[in-house]
Amino acid sequence: MTEYVKNTLLFVVVGGLILLTGFTQSWNSAILILNMGLISAIMAIGVNLQWGFAGLFNVGVMGFVALGGLAVVLVSTPTTPGAWSSGGYGIVLALLLGAATVVAAVLVATRMPKGRTQTLTIIAILIVGFFVYRAVFDPSVAGVEAIDPAIAGNLGGLNLPVLLAWPAGGLLAAGAAWLIGKTALGLRSDYLAIATLGIAEIIIAVMKNEDWLARGVKNVYGIPRPSPVVGYEVELQNDPGFVARADWLGLDPVIASTLSVKLGYSLLFMIVLLVLLWMAQMALKSPWGRMMRAIRDNEVAAEAMGKDVTRRHLQIFVLGSAICGIAGAMMTTLDGQLTPGTYNPLRFTFLVWVMVIVGGSGNNFGAVLGAFLIWFLWVQVEPMGLWFMNLITSSMPDGSALKSHLIESAAHMRLFTMGLILLVVLRFSPRGLIPEK
Amino acid sequence: MDLLNALVALANFVIVPAVAYGSQLALGALGVTLIYGILRFSNFAHGDTMAFGAMIAVLVTWGLQAAGVSFGPLPTALLALPFAILGCIVLVLITDRLVYRFYREQKAKPVILVIVSMGVMFIMNGLVRFIIGPDDQRFSDGARFIVSARDFKAMTGLREGLAIKTSQGITLVVAVVAVALLFWFLNKTRTGKSMRAYSDNEDLALLSGINPERVVMITWIIVAALATTAGVLYGLDKSFKPFVYFQLLLPIFASAIVGGLGNPLGAIAGGFIIAFSEVTITYAWKKVLTYIAPESLAPSGLVQFLSTDYKFAVSFVILLIVLLFKPTGLFKGKAV
Repeated sequence: MTEYVKNTLLFVVVGGLILLTGFTQSWNSAILILNMGLISAIMAIGVNLQWGFAGLFNVGVMGFVALGGLAVVLVSTPTTPGAWSSGGYGIVLALLLGAATVVAAVLVATRMPKGRTQTLTIIAILIVGFFVYRAVFDPSVAGVEAIDPAIAGNLGGLNLPVLLAWPAGGLLAAGAAWLIGKTALGLRSDYLAIATLGIAEIIIAVMKNEDWLARGVKNVYGIPRPSPVVGYEVELQNDPGFVARADWLGLDPVIASTLSVKLGYSLLFMIVLLVLLWMAQMALKSPWGRMMRAIRDNEVAAEAMGKDVTRRHLQIFVLGSAICGIAGAMMTTLDGQLTPGTYNPLRFTFLVWVMVIVGGSGNNFGAVLGAFLIWFLWVQVEPMGLWFMNLITSSMPDGSALKSHLIESAAHMRLFTMGLILLVVLRFSPRGLIPEK
Repeated sequence: MDLLNALVALANFVIVPAVAYGSQLALGALGVTLIYGILRFSNFAHGDTMAFGAMIAVLVTWGLQAAGVSFGPLPTALLALPFAILGCIVLVLITDRLVYRFYREQKAKPVILVIVSMGVMFIMNGLVRFIIGPDDQRFSDGARFIVSARDFKAMTGLREGLAIKTSQGITLVVAVVAVALLFWFLNKTRTGKSMRAYSDNEDLALLSGINPERVVMITWIIVAALATTAGVLYGLDKSFKPFVYFQLLLPIFASAIVGGLGNPLGAIAGGFIIAFSEVTITYAWKKVLTYIAPESLAPSGLVQFLSTDYKFAVSFVILLIVLLFKPTGLFKGKAV
């Protein structure tokens, strides 16, 4: 069996699993798995770019995904009336002042001769800068958050089409990644891991607490859909043309409308995935991709050949994070809401890592396959676990404490299974399902 | 008088909680740093090892409470601690045998071991959630305070009270005992010395006939004991919640790195540095300042530098500063 046939078969198997869900459970859940699988595949491409191509150990994926979601709110939601005049400009000014303070401190650190005067100047700049920043920032925030706190209390967005938010999410994540990469990329691999883990937690903390930005834990609802590709169920059901078409297909108009909305998303996500996959493949084959792998395999040798390792690392770190940001923006669009409280590193960082490792790090198709497979299992392990628990407890007497505990806990089988899959793949097939060529 | 009041307020809200938190972090960081020194990788599963040990302690405590056993004014969990340590030792030894040993024999790169520890983290996290569920569990009993704020006020006649919780006192005592035992073991016993030798120079240690598998096994045993102790103390002080232990990973790693990875003394110092900075930067200083400052200068706001939700940011910034200026940590750590 050639490699090509084997890989095609693997994709067919995963596609078959999703189709099986459609036939045995419901088409709505099958398409939902497909949609989240597409988004996961994009995240996996981003992580694969960083880890598979360049060997960068980034465990801050969650942070970039969340920034993508933030971009959706900032771009596509309507502007809160009066928010800018009652404090928005003040907040921007305060943030600029804060950035100026940091820049000044860095300039002093690099330009002034070392010694006590330098240290004291840096400390003085930081302290004065902090208090000036808070003096401008605090009243402005209070002003913005006082506007209609039950439904707004934030700056709101630019009221632009939501599709523009996807590249914007990528840009926002790229900007954050550039800042992080500038400071942390010189570190050793496991220091970089801890640093990115911390950054992701900080990004989530900011999004949870800065209510003026995106309402914090009060969440933002009703993010507009990318119409006309994705419509609204109620409008579709009232459209006689749509009802006639659903009738012709032999479908109930309500089910047809939910399916049509989900398939609209699938179409858009598929286009993004194919474009990114094509770009990643081209990058992998290009001289640039070969250089990246050369750096990954032997940094010293690559440096001796005149390659600027730190700059290339920064470049690929920014690119990979931007892809994660795009995926994050797409996910928030699909959900129709931004809920900072639901970002969990196990789900948004480590699960993506499982996808890349299981699929095959260094191979874009591997990462995509891993994403679909792992996402399918992530969704389906819960019902499978319940079935399994029912099976092993079927001989126990009804009402026994152990039986009810086992059945209640079946939902937590998920994490256990993911860990098991990761360890088994690492042990017996460390290069993944579709290994790097 | 005002100065005394300010000092008491400072002790009550900053020093006492930070000392307790610092001891817990130090115990956690010691585990991370030992693994790094001997097995040479950053163990991402450490937070969940703590959660697993603490979970056994919670279950045994419930069992003891149901059997009517109590430890007087001290929490019953202390009686459960040896059982929890044993359970945790069994778990990590099984994990080492089934998972890590294979990669050790292959001489896998450290980063592969980190990814492997991610898998172990998922499994342990799943196990804990499976057995005890993801919710908050309270298991502390016995006397709540060593000194309560009201008693302190009555005793001294000051306006500010100083409260010391039993859990905080126990944390400090247990941590001191554990650290003293660990250092005695590492510095005085033959096995401890062989561990340090193995950590300093693997090849030389192997040449002088040290059995690496034995060193690794003893390291895991010590790490399990430290992790369980840290987990139980943290659970007694705050409450037991699986996800919180996972989140503790960041300050624990920050402590270990700030002190210098692989250096036990550094881990302890790092734990206290991180704890004190987290508490002082997220504490609202208004109360203390009102006592010290003259009336005209009394602060109007809370004088809180950062809201408590940003405590991760504090440990992180300290971590970054140390890494940028002194990459091997404050005490000389090692670099793999």
